[in-house]
Amino acid sequence: MLTIISLTLLGILILAEGILDKKSWHLPTILAGLPISILLALTGWNQNLHFYKNMLIVDNGSIAFTALLIFITFLIFLFAGRYYKDVVRPLDDIYAILIFALAGCVMMTSFGNLIILFLGIETLSIALYVLAGSHKEAITSNEATLKYFLMGSFLSGFLLFGIALLYGASGSLNMDEISRYTIREAGHLSPMFRTGLFLLIIGLAFKIAIVPFHFWAPDVYEGTPTLLTAFMATVVKVASIVALFRLFNNCFSSIRDIWAPTLWILAVLTILVGNLTGLYQPNLKRMLAYSSISHSGYMMLAVLAFSARSSGALLLYAAAYSVATVTAFAILILIRGAKRNDLYTSFEGISKKNPIEAICLTIALLSLTGIPPLAGFMAKYYLITTALEQGYLWLVIIAILGSAISVAYYFRPIIAMFLKEGDGVKLESGIAYKTNIIFLTILTLALGFLPALLINLL
Amino acid sequence: MITGILLLLPLLCSLIIFSLKNEKWIHLISIAGSVIEFLVSLYGLFLYSTQCHCQFILNIGWIETLHVNLRFGVDGISILLILLTTFLTPLIIFFSFGHAYSKPSAFYGLIMLMEMAFIGVFSAFDGLVFYIFWELALIPAYFICAIWGGNDRIRITFKFFIYTFTGSLFMLVSLLYLYFRTPAPHSFEIIYLYAAHLTPKEQGWIFLAFFLAFAIKIPIFPFHTWQPDTYTIAPAAGTMLLAGIMLKMGTYGLIRFILPICPIALKEWGWLALALSITGIIYASVIAIRQMDMKRLIAYASISHVGLISAGIFTLTQKGLEGATIQMISHGINITGLLIIISLIEKRMKTREIFRIEGMATRAPWLAAFFMILLLGSIGIPFTNGFIGEFLLLFGISEVNIWLAALAGLTIIFSAVYMLWMYQRTMLGNPNEISQRVSDISLTETIPLIPIVIMVIWIGVFPNFFLHMAEPAIREIMNLIH
Repeated sequence: MLTIISLTLLGILILAEGILDKKSWHLPTILAGLPISILLALTGWNQNLHFYKNMLIVDNGSIAFTALLIFITFLIFLFAGRYYKDVVRPLDDIYAILIFALAGCVMMTSFGNLIILFLGIETLSIALYVLAGSHKEAITSNEATLKYFLMGSFLSGFLLFGIALLYGASGSLNMDEISRYTIREAGHLSPMFRTGLFLLIIGLAFKIAIVPFHFWAPDVYEGTPTLLTAFMATVVKVASIVALFRLFNNCFSSIRDIWAPTLWILAVLTILVGNLTGLYQPNLKRMLAYSSISHSGYMMLAVLAFSARSSGALLLYAAAYSVATVTAFAILILIRGAKRNDLYTSFEGISKKNPIEAICLTIALLSLTGIPPLAGFMAKYYLITTALEQGYLWLVIIAILGSAISVAYYFRPIIAMFLKEGDGVKLESGIAYKTNIIFLTILTLALGFLPALLINLL
Repeated sequence: MITGILLLLPLLCSLIIFSLKNEKWIHLISIAGSVIEFLVSLYGLFLYSTQCHCQFILNIGWIETLHVNLRFGVDGISILLILLTTFLTPLIIFFSFGHAYSKPSAFYGLIMLMEMAFIGVFSAFDGLVFYIFWELALIPAYFICAIWGGNDRIRITFKFFIYTFTGSLFMLVSLLYLYFRTPAPHSFEIIYLYAAHLTPKEQGWIFLAFFLAFAIKIPIFPFHTWQPDTYTIAPAAGTMLLAGIMLKMGTYGLIRFILPICPIALKEWGWLALALSITGIIYASVIAIRQMDMKRLIAYASISHVGLISAGIFTLTQKGLEGATIQMISHGINITGLLIIISLIEKRMKTREIFRIEGMATRAPWLAAFFMILLLGSIGIPFTNGFIGEFLLLFGISEVNIWLAALAGLTIIFSAVYMLWMYQRTMLGNPNEISQRVSDISLTETIPLIPIVIMVIWIGVFPNFFLHMAEPAIREIMNLIH
């Protein structure tokens, strides 16, 4: 609760700074404000707080994910200064909307009532529609925002309709009430409830970009300004997956038989389609879009295999995935700055003049592939163990096949950087930018060596 | 303690080397680090007692909730392979000084990193740790071959990576599956894995997955298609690391994991693995006879030789396993020596095409002499290291089936054919225009060859020391099979 209030205040503060025309204050305020929000979130540790008649439930799980989301946003803001260096117009609106979107994400990790879930998703989505189009001069950005808005608002309708049907069947929007209803009526659920459930799955699947509701993602990612794409691919994705995880495992755990096969099929499709289509992408940004799709497939393993350990596994996976993806986007920003595009050919030979950037991107991509001993491997390992424990052997085999396929596209930039001859451009990254990239890489290594830090939290 | 030093020293060296710019310092630290590493492993051998099987245990808690420990140790088989690694690495590094590779800090840093990964694989006594080091060895290997390789290296090394990575993912699945079949509390520790309760059907699947991972790495026919290309294009040092040490990870994995974990499946499917290995022996030898490129010839010869090793392992006999262990060492030593010689010839003649090299022995008698000794070792002439290994392996196979032993024995004849043919073409006869002007092997070029030749003869004359080292560990494995 405190976190949401503090984030909202932070956003308003940025807007006020904008009115006072203090552009240079924005980033310091944000970089100081986000850690404070994390600390405020952590004050509720082990207290299991309920607010407003269980509208918001802040348990350890939601605190851990909240802290993670704010931390990733913090990491993204580390690169904002360099990204918006040449932009003359005021930036308070973009920064403030990002923070508001983050507040929406926090609601999605700590809801106790379907209305709060919907409010969180809408707060997030409306902010994202604006952010996707925030590069007003670029036609691609306009295209992205229009596509995202049309599809997004349509699918929000599904979500709301699903919630309404669930309310109609169970008579409540409260998660506990619905959970009690499902236990009571387990054998003979009304068709209304089932329909509502599936509409809800469709709505959430769209927000996460799960196959077959993923078609918007690559286009929107490509058109959106790169820094904001990083936000979409990490924070937004993780928040949506966590919402799915929380909803289905707290609310509908007694009727697993009804939704588990559907999610199983969606996970398989997501892993296979995401990885196979990733092979045919011409540039890194679209490739990362498909990579994020396939990783949401892996994260669905945690939703399916609910056990005492699965939330820890999901936390580690979300952290490993986000840190590596933010690293990749940070270097992508540099490449786009130097070459004006991000085709794989733009990466050729950059390792000669920029060894640090090349090595950091390599480690990030290897972590996404799941090569030991990096964070991505440990995360995948935990996820797969929890899934195997619950008997999802075939899903695990498909997930592993998927990561074998993913080698092919994660290695394309690596091959281009190290093995091909290029024009040897020196990327304009300052000391601070480099330090940040190295910091992210160290995080990737550290999470690989000490996964227990996150796993044992939950 | 010793295992800890053996693991940390190369890692430390590689980190230092990565950060250095001055080539002299890079050379100094890489050679000093690898020689000290060898001395440490010799000291380990000195402390090692043949009586008890797992020693120098290093156990660090890592992930308590899942009972995953960083558990290392050394038994009779792994100490021999660790010695092989620490023995060959300084020689390979010293040999590479003559080549002036670009970006030396990356090159030698990656070699040291690979050495650490090898030692980790050979000393891991925990399934997950084994897997982690197994994959860790692949990354430097890929970059060494891909950055400093020859023509068409990007496509070929990528094929190599995809092949081996996919294979090892199957191993990961079966390791995880095994984990849940181990007695409670579940653990990846090797004795827990040995004690896993599996139905015969489950064993069959686990066997297949493990076999795929190891067969690709070794490589066993028909999973060998990545190998000749990769060996041919890789830089000389890269081929030595791949052929001399890395493929032993596969044969070691067969002994350490497949034999004790799935004995029932072996009774059912072992014949298939044996048949594939023996097919590979003959198939690769026949192709080797037709090769024109010396390095490619050695690549096919290696498929044939390791085919015999894996055939010996799948006989599940004491003799077969002893032969396999000693042949792993011999093969590593011989192939490294041969690759050094080929690289020296290439440096002089500017080609590896057998038909364009003639009569080198007249101008370079010492080179020819070293070449001859290594060839004989590789063919398996008595009193060279190849003989004792091949003899034990064939003996083991003959205990299973005499006709199979006869087929496998063809490898000696075939290898005599292609090796001596290569020697005769390149060394004997009248020198051509270029070979009239070649110089003999220089002193610095001799240095890495001398220890190799000593080992070729020493193992050939006194194999008992090595057999004695490995015997208790092999007996332990045999007990687990039956």
